[in-house]
Amino acid sequence: MPRLSATQRHSIRFTLNGTPVQGEAEPRMLLTDFLRHVLGATGTHVGCEHGVCGACTVQVDGALARACLTLAVQVQGCEIRTVEGLAPAPGRLSILQEAFRRHHALQCGFCTAGILMSLDAFLRAQPDADEAALRDLLSGHLCRCTGYAPIIAAALDAAARLRETAHA
Amino acid sequence: MDSPGDKWVGQSLPRFEDAALLTGRGRYFDDCGTPPGTLHAAILRSPHGHARIEGIETAAARALPGVAAILTGEDIRATTTSLVVGVKAPMECWPIAVERVRYVGEPVVVVVATDRYVAEDALDLIEVRYAPLPAVTDPVAALAPAAPVLHDGLKGNLASERRFRYGDPEAAFAAAAHRVRIDVAYPRSACTPIECYGVLAEYDPGEDSYDVFANFQGPFSIHAVIARALRVPGNRLRLRTPPDSGGSFGVKQGVFPYIVLIAAAAKACGRPVKWVEDRLEHLAASSVATNRVTRLEAAVTADGIITALDWDQLEDCGAQLRAPEPATLYRMHGNMTGAYAIRNVAIRNRVVLTNKAPTGLNRGFGGPQVYFALERLVQRIAITLGLHPLDVIRLNLVPTAAMPYRTASGALLDSGDYATALETALRDGRHDELLRRRDAARAQGRHYGIGYTAVVEPSVSNMGYITAVLTPAERKRAGPKNGAQATATIQCDAVGSVSVHVASVPQGQGHRTVLAQVVADELGLRPQDIRVVTDIDTAKDAWSIASGNYASRFAPAVAGVARIAAQQLRARLTRIAAPLLNVPPEDVVLAGGKLHASGNADNALPFARVASSPHWAPGTLPAEDSAPLRETAWWTPPELTAPNESDEVNSSLCHGFIFDFCGVEVDRITGETRIDHYVTMHDCGTVLHPGMVAGQVTGGFAHALGAALYEAHSYADDGSLQTGTFADYLVPTAMEVPAPIILHHESPSPFTPLGAKGVGEGNCMSTPVCIANAVADALGLHDVTLPLLPATLAAHLHGAEPNAPAAAPKGERLLRGEGQARVNAPREQLWALLLDPDALMAIVPGAHGIQRTSPTDYTAEVTLGIGPVKGRYRVALALSDLDEPNALTLSGNAAGALGFGQGRGQVTLTDANGATIIAYRYEAAVGGKVASIAGRLLDGATRVVISQFFAALARQAAPQAPWWQRLLQRLGLRA
Repeated sequence: MPRLSATQRHSIRFTLNGTPVQGEAEPRMLLTDFLRHVLGATGTHVGCEHGVCGACTVQVDGALARACLTLAVQVQGCEIRTVEGLAPAPGRLSILQEAFRRHHALQCGFCTAGILMSLDAFLRAQPDADEAALRDLLSGHLCRCTGYAPIIAAALDAAARLRETAHA
Repeated sequence: MDSPGDKWVGQSLPRFEDAALLTGRGRYFDDCGTPPGTLHAAILRSPHGHARIEGIETAAARALPGVAAILTGEDIRATTTSLVVGVKAPMECWPIAVERVRYVGEPVVVVVATDRYVAEDALDLIEVRYAPLPAVTDPVAALAPAAPVLHDGLKGNLASERRFRYGDPEAAFAAAAHRVRIDVAYPRSACTPIECYGVLAEYDPGEDSYDVFANFQGPFSIHAVIARALRVPGNRLRLRTPPDSGGSFGVKQGVFPYIVLIAAAAKACGRPVKWVEDRLEHLAASSVATNRVTRLEAAVTADGIITALDWDQLEDCGAQLRAPEPATLYRMHGNMTGAYAIRNVAIRNRVVLTNKAPTGLNRGFGGPQVYFALERLVQRIAITLGLHPLDVIRLNLVPTAAMPYRTASGALLDSGDYATALETALRDGRHDELLRRRDAARAQGRHYGIGYTAVVEPSVSNMGYITAVLTPAERKRAGPKNGAQATATIQCDAVGSVSVHVASVPQGQGHRTVLAQVVADELGLRPQDIRVVTDIDTAKDAWSIASGNYASRFAPAVAGVARIAAQQLRARLTRIAAPLLNVPPEDVVLAGGKLHASGNADNALPFARVASSPHWAPGTLPAEDSAPLRETAWWTPPELTAPNESDEVNSSLCHGFIFDFCGVEVDRITGETRIDHYVTMHDCGTVLHPGMVAGQVTGGFAHALGAALYEAHSYADDGSLQTGTFADYLVPTAMEVPAPIILHHESPSPFTPLGAKGVGEGNCMSTPVCIANAVADALGLHDVTLPLLPATLAAHLHGAEPNAPAAAPKGERLLRGEGQARVNAPREQLWALLLDPDALMAIVPGAHGIQRTSPTDYTAEVTLGIGPVKGRYRVALALSDLDEPNALTLSGNAAGALGFGQGRGQVTLTDANGATIIAYRYEAAVGGKVASIAGRLLDGATRVVISQFFAALARQAAPQAPWWQRLLQRLGLRA
């Protein structure tokens, strides 16, 4: 592991939603700040900066991570996926995103990016997840607008459609 | 739907907002970029609930490269004016502490630097010397003659007191068969939007004007407050909001003191300044709902009819009275009789100040506090009279035939059929089955209970209701205030496409979608043809003081005025089209993107051609229609009159009705409350978008469930905040929130353009008390205090716990412990070490710069990490009771930006055959941020620090052999 100087900026390279990106940051810079303010990828949101609310959840090499508890230098060379990478094409929505729209599973939308990233990874790993499993997963996210009921409905709907797509 | 006869309004269309929000393309405050040269602010905040500021040392911070400015309360006071206070009382309200801090988290110093990281570095270098003062956090205690006074001008902590009397309450009580009384204390909670506050401010000295971008939510009456504080007329304060906002629920009204603070900082720096609140700042010092102590008594006939209410409300607004407080106390003033026809009412309203964060708007705004008392009382009346709670509700509901109904205190209940809504809810919500479930559960010895609530949900606030805090004579001097101005602007551009602007500033409520539906219906277009803008720029847009997103005013007021603007536009379009179609204007129909003659769809013109014609060919049009089509409509309901001489107040325009009932089970062992069945019946008038109405209900329900079961802003008696993180302030997750059964009974409001009423806040009013009534029923409780944490209910289930051994002085967090260690060195050697600063430096964990100021006094800087909180503390240590080489007492205190504490420890040294047994006992009290954030980690961390100390002492006194020698010794070998 390279030794980094606390007072210097270091070059950081990783893949963001399939595209190589590069920027400079001090070792103390959070991944949230790096994504948002250095790279301009503002879809990942900051809700608590102490790892509880889940708004900043991203995928690092396929695993879920709180970007607010991750330093930018820690993802050197990793594959990062954020909400900007979920839609299949500009102007289109993924099956999961479409289910959220259909079920009014978002209101202000601020917590939504993190929830989508968690569900995206989870439904891929556990396509047969039931409501109890989904509630358990979603307990890692705080949403203050929806009361969760429409999010659960959207997640179950998306899971069913993803299974259909997989079998088709 | 494509058939032109149908309406878009009433359909659950997918939202136009969602495509951007789901793909990470939302435009929230912090996504919107900054002008070149923008500096970033961080705020140093008070660790004390109450203290005098004796000095602020900023030299080291100023010397840090990148720091542009450091501003204290004195600096801000020099360039701004105190925020206006809503009562006639001699007190000031600054956005930053001046001379004194009055609550934990109050801003003390603003640092402006090239980036936020550097600004926060600088905060660590600032030393504030505080002289702590006694604090008071309990509203009743704050009224005691000996209580510490927060604002010297007031003499005490009572900021306002008014008494009201409607009908003849004394006669009703004298004649009553029963008097039933309840005493309740409603706690503080807050809706904690997931996006915190953000402000970006710029000052132009050439024009003496401010340009502010902030995620403020309104009401825009606050624009006047900000401009006054910044000492500029309104036209020199341009306030803009971002297109998206990450939730508010009222809370983002409270960003306004920070607008003043950051704008003043921008003026001081001559550069744009940006500040984003972090979550710890938000939980400590943004804005919360009031806590309230209420005594409520009812006069009741032998049959159960309530003939009078006597309210005594003590409202705790925290350390300052921030605009629009004490509005929480007066928002419900017209509805103090709830859903009931009660003609005689006495009210005593008092507002008290305490060493807690200032209060402000929060979903439900005054409703939860009122209905918790009123609906708990209804249950007590039923129990007292041996009636079913439903019977007491039914006997007292406002009769349908009486609508619109003027309440005793002046509200005009616009419409409703409360009795039918209630019976429908019982039927469709399967009340009979719930009774059977309860009976079955109880037969098995389980704690199962049912709660009921009936409330009216006010919406569209009368901008004059708050003036009820003034006497009629004071109101007369100040001039009447009333109304609820709403505005919408619709325009057609050069290709005839339609844009709508309203100053509604949504935070996720889907305003753009609903407005497109409303306007599409009037203009015969499709919603997707219409573009809607809902953010505001006060320099360019139509707005008034009532603009913004609060008091559930969107559907009744904003959507309504958009319809009026669309109707005005339609009238102009038909006048333009009529001669071209050779029909009178009243025979022009707008449908399917065309204007056509009634009864002859072939005699038609494209909408775009008519709509664009004033741009391209004004000369062909009559003079009165030659201007491009741009209609701004204004609407304020005539029903919202100013409070009258008798203090009767129509505090809100609309009154939805809610009837809730629920079944809950309290676990016999854990005391956990589980919602088994929850039914919520709403009459919110005409439903404009069923999906969004359901979203408002489930969202409000989740907030209310949090308030009922988990959430409370909690303070120790010394003013320390105990709920400073999301690990301490417990917000419900998907595991805790069940889906309620939502029912509707629509009674359109006769007073709003679309018949709609507000729906966003009702469950925050009805649900906490409904759950409380159910838990009271389950456990047979007389008194219920929220939140209903298992720990609170455990006493009812398992008997009271014995008291903890001793409470810390003033309610600080008390730590105590003892232990001993064996050191292979004689006592004299250890004694010498304890009195040697250089030796101590090596053994006190994290110590640097120990100085001996007298033979028995030391000062030191200590860096300690406790849980997530690492900080620097200035420590003073004194040695006393010196009994060489047997015993001594160490006492000390520590203070730093993250907290403060004091403690004593007794150390004894006992000889054990040449080695020494060191025994110690200590007691320490800790307050400030470290206690609020890392409270539950403190005990363990303290033990670790102390054991490190003694391990280091042992090492210093008797250096250990190298590890390989110890290993060999352990194996019984000798090196």
